[in-house]
Amino acid sequence: MSSLHGLPEARARFVRGWFTENPTYVQLLGMCPTLAVTSTLPAAVTMAVATGVVLLCSNIITSLISRQLQPHLRILVYTLTIATFVTIVDRLLAAFAPAMSRQLGPYVPLIIVNCIIISRAEACASRQNLGTAVADALGQSGGFLLGLSSLGIVRELLGSGSLWGLPVLPENYPGMLIFVLPAGAFLTLGSLSGALNAIRMREKGTQ
Amino acid sequence: MLDLLLIGLSAALINNFVLSYFMGICPFLGVSRRLDSAFGMGAAVTFVMTISGGLTFLLQQYALIPLGLQILQYVAFIFVIAGTVQFVELYVQRFFEPLYRAFGVYLPMITTNCAVLGVCLLVWSKSYNTLAQALTFSFFGGVGFTLAIVIMAGLRESIDFADVPAPFRGTPIALFVAAILSMAFAGFAGMGSQ
Repeated sequence: MSSLHGLPEARARFVRGWFTENPTYVQLLGMCPTLAVTSTLPAAVTMAVATGVVLLCSNIITSLISRQLQPHLRILVYTLTIATFVTIVDRLLAAFAPAMSRQLGPYVPLIIVNCIIISRAEACASRQNLGTAVADALGQSGGFLLGLSSLGIVRELLGSGSLWGLPVLPENYPGMLIFVLPAGAFLTLGSLSGALNAIRMREKGTQ
Repeated sequence: MLDLLLIGLSAALINNFVLSYFMGICPFLGVSRRLDSAFGMGAAVTFVMTISGGLTFLLQQYALIPLGLQILQYVAFIFVIAGTVQFVELYVQRFFEPLYRAFGVYLPMITTNCAVLGVCLLVWSKSYNTLAQALTFSFFGGVGFTLAIVIMAGLRESIDFADVPAPFRGTPIALFVAAILSMAFAGFAGMGSQ
């Protein structure tokens, strides 16, 4: 990754969020929505976008106000900022996509306690300028979107033989129920992250 | 009485918080391999879940709904939880010094444990209408969480001695174990749901 050090900080952070610091596969953050809402691809993408919007807004606010904050109050302020934006996103979702909002259920308000958002506020946004904080939020959201949609694709394809609700596999494909059930979420994430580890180890071996 | 029993059973086993709602996955996967500290962690989370489940139920029923302030629901809930965690932290620090040191960073992190906010939201979305129902659901939800992390801590002790292929060591194998546990708990689904 040495070529990235020459790039400006903001751009490097944007790229890192997608791949080398991917929140799902590398940092293992935000596991709760990752496992809970990825039984279909649309739900996974909606969740990732909602989380991304909240992350972006909270990073912007955190970056702007961090210098005025008392250190011991900062976590409380971060949490309340996040809770406010989650309320906004939740109301918007309920107004414009009521069916999706019902399907996601309590997992939309649970974005408040998603560790990705609070860890980005603490680790990046509170110390960087606005541009870097925005790039960081976009990078991390992109990585989260990659993580969630990869799980959503595998689970929807194997579980019901369709993608985004459209049937892809032949009609007589029975559908493996286990991939729609909670157990399938653990199984898919375990297999995918194991496979990624294997690829990473092989690359290290050939270098 | 029977309905309380059913609520409790459903929260602890049939719809286990960790294995079917995926709440509290972070401590579940990151939990230490020692049974006693897993149990301590579970007990602390159960305590916080019961208190904040009851408090947010009362807050919702007697303040937010009559005043028409449901829009503040999430902000109010997170305030109650943060307050409860602070209270528990002081209490444990004062009276259970060794436990406090064993918890380390985990105790303040209960605030961001999804199981705690999750239980408050589920009490509301399942529209329980008495305090007893809300408390039963919250308490047994915590019992289910404790059960899951204690089982996991026990299993991880054995996994450490197993010959796992290198790429699957650590989190992936823990996820596979969780998948098998989740299948076992799915067997309770036949007992009815509430």
